[in-house]
Amino acid sequence: MALVRVAVTLKPSLLDSQGRTVAGALEKMGYAELESVRIGKLIELRLETYDEARVKEMCDRLLANPVIEDYRIEEIVA
Amino acid sequence: MRVAVLRFPGSNCDQDALFAVRSMGFDGAYVWHEETNLDGFDGVFLPGGFSYGDYLRCGAMASRAPIMAEVRRFAEEGRPVIGACNGFQVLCEARLLPGALLLNAGEKFLCHNVRLRAENRDSMWTRGVDREIRVPIAHGEGRYVADSETLARLEGDGRIAFRYVDGSPNGSLNDIAGILNGAGNVLGMMPHPERACDAILGSEDGRLVLEGFSRVAATV
Repeated sequence: MALVRVAVTLKPSLLDSQGRTVAGALEKMGYAELESVRIGKLIELRLETYDEARVKEMCDRLLANPVIEDYRIEEIVA
Repeated sequence: MRVAVLRFPGSNCDQDALFAVRSMGFDGAYVWHEETNLDGFDGVFLPGGFSYGDYLRCGAMASRAPIMAEVRRFAEEGRPVIGACNGFQVLCEARLLPGALLLNAGEKFLCHNVRLRAENRDSMWTRGVDREIRVPIAHGEGRYVADSETLARLEGDGRIAFRYVDGSPNGSLNDIAGILNGAGNVLGMMPHPERACDAILGSEDGRLVLEGFSRVAATV
């Protein structure tokens, strides 16, 4: 069994309006040192066997949209 | 003209779309997303709503549904395909249209009438839009984005179908409300023409857009 994490993030050039709203709330709560917040998705996949090429394919075909997002694959449990 | 109104789990403008299509004098019927052929149909309407609860990304799962292979065939054959609101998001996720739709810049769900201007009157969808039209928007994720190269190509090739007259309410680049594919037979737009097809609804301007379905005979 393998546990794989896929982190999907909005491309840096795109405005993350959700992150901006959360940043505004944190600032109002007194965290003046905050420069920005970006919010992404964390997707955990449990797999019988881990084949990086196949997980990459899952990302390219559904989990991430290359027009707006980047992703990073991390194997947690081999 | 027989129009297929697609239904995904979570579509909620499907009834409006079929009502509008029929009120225009076209024949129409619902088609479930798991169907695999559109034989007997001449055009497609991808309605608004929240397909798959907007999970993962708006339109992401719907764009991989079995029926989408047929929508792709219709797009390639030059038949009329329109996606409004979630339907636009599905067409972008299916890569039948470039770019993507993100959370509104102002974070709020927007639900009001907007004024639109047809930028290019050469396509089957925009030919009849000879004046500003007033149609409603109702979306939380309608901010159109594309890389600068794509944007320049859309502008240069006359593929901006509609622009918001009073500035983009959602942060869309270049005030874009709707775009066309290269051949001009696939239209995606965030506003809802199907909700503006009867005087009792406050506007009939959407009919000028949906008349596009009648312009297919000459091109297919």
